[in-house]
Amino acid sequence: MRQKEQLRIICPNGHLGFACTKEESFYIGAETKPDYYCCDSGSDDIGPVPLGNDTCVSPRNWQVHDLELMLLAARKQNVPMIIGSSGDTGTNSRVDSYVEIIQELATKHRLKPFKLVYFYSELEKAFLIEKMDNGFAIEGLDGRDNLTMEELDATSRIVAVAGVHPFIKALEWGADVIIGGRSSDAAVFAAPALYHGFSEGLSYYMGKVLECASFCAEPYGAKESVIGTITNQDVKVTAMHPDQSCTIASVAGHAMYERSNPYYEAFAGGTLDMRECKYEQFDKKTTRITGPKFIPIDGKIKVKLEGSGFVGERYVGIVGVRDPYTIEHIDQVIEWARSQAKQQLKGQDYQLYYHIYGKNAVMGNLEPIKEIKSHELGIVVESLANTKELAKEAAIIGSRQIFYARLPEVKGTAGTAAFLFDEVLPVSPAFRWTLNHTIEVDDAMDLFDLYETIISA
Amino acid sequence: MKNKKLYELAKSVRSKNAGVDRITFDVIFNEKKNYELVKKSKVLSKQSVADLFGIDESQISDFVEFDPAFAIKFTIQREKPSGSFGDGDIFGCQQYPPLLDLVVKVE
Repeated sequence: MRQKEQLRIICPNGHLGFACTKEESFYIGAETKPDYYCCDSGSDDIGPVPLGNDTCVSPRNWQVHDLELMLLAARKQNVPMIIGSSGDTGTNSRVDSYVEIIQELATKHRLKPFKLVYFYSELEKAFLIEKMDNGFAIEGLDGRDNLTMEELDATSRIVAVAGVHPFIKALEWGADVIIGGRSSDAAVFAAPALYHGFSEGLSYYMGKVLECASFCAEPYGAKESVIGTITNQDVKVTAMHPDQSCTIASVAGHAMYERSNPYYEAFAGGTLDMRECKYEQFDKKTTRITGPKFIPIDGKIKVKLEGSGFVGERYVGIVGVRDPYTIEHIDQVIEWARSQAKQQLKGQDYQLYYHIYGKNAVMGNLEPIKEIKSHELGIVVESLANTKELAKEAAIIGSRQIFYARLPEVKGTAGTAAFLFDEVLPVSPAFRWTLNHTIEVDDAMDLFDLYETIISA
Repeated sequence: MKNKKLYELAKSVRSKNAGVDRITFDVIFNEKKNYELVKKSKVLSKQSVADLFGIDESQISDFVEFDPAFAIKFTIQREKPSGSFGDGDIFGCQQYPPLLDLVVKVE
């Protein structure tokens, strides 16, 4: 524990690698010599496929770009760099990938040796099976039932979401660079603040406000850097880009961003209570916040679990419709296509989903506008089946039969669909979120294994 | 009696995933006046939102009037988790537009 009077942390990107960090504001921030360079590199926003499939949604060279910016600045200044939820999902392979990138960058830039500490967040299904066999309840979040053996069985990959604990431990080990598995976005920033003795309320709040970088500033502009400053009395957040400011409105607005409740946020170990938060415009680009409190959990620490399960193979067909009569009768057209698929694939197990752009592809059943007003429709046909062969066949029939639809009054008797491609397109398999649950642990470090290595050129 | 649409009164209207099972909506105003006006009008309420989206009120997990940000926020349960087969909006960030045209009496 190194008690400080003030700590300054730069956050250059809300999701490292997902879209490149903007360099101008980053360099402006680096010039001010922050004490820590921190960034979160993952999210459950990106859907269940990357976790289930163990893949990235971000190109590796974008990840390299963003890690390189931070690593060079942090090493030059000789201050720590912390990355959470590596590689979009924080799975073990993604942690290994980021460690590999750090090594490559150290070699490329002939950096002096430094200590890298990394941790893994993946959980084996066997671990949870044993817990459940011993009567442990794995509680569901957001209205889900407790975990059942069936749902666990259907799961392909599980990560535990780390809180501050593995990061603090890594700092205690003297880490210069920390590469974390799946972790809470705010924890990446709260951890160094807690390590240096600042209060839990202010530390967790600072984590919350910093983790999306310039999303807490206005006017809207992502991937720009912000700097958070914490003292024993307050947190201040400052936008680095010349055209952006952290205003009371933008910061208070961010406190409720992508969360159900603007007053409370749960972390492994307790809840952040923001009911007494006061916001003040400190200077043109900085807002000052006082008043957040942290309520430690009464009982064992609960760690969030995310899990994704394989559902089936998919193919996609893309078809356009321009004839107004066909558009008016599109439901009939889809029915025809479905019936043809049923006939052709009699007895086989597949599904077809029609995303109709121009009708309700974006909102589905939530769409209040029931009448189609567009002169054109874009139809994306998505198939699902146990094998690639069947998924492909279903997608072909499902798309091609739109072309062959039999509408009695149609003028366009040469075909009722505009094919964009003469083929259906392979796409990653379908997965679904099987776990959005919590597990009680005796020790916050129980689920996260920490390793250290020296990186030298 | 003069009417305005919500998009004319609000600074920001947005939606985003709040975890994988829920979508949260924020209607944010520039200053107190329009915020209080819309709050009082009850144009945004659990009932009106449920009617607008054609869902049951029980599907609305949270409804908050957040004074520090002059914002009204509500959260709905997704029909199926984000990115499930058939989901058309993985991030949940294009579900807010029906709110834009809600009519509010301003005088």
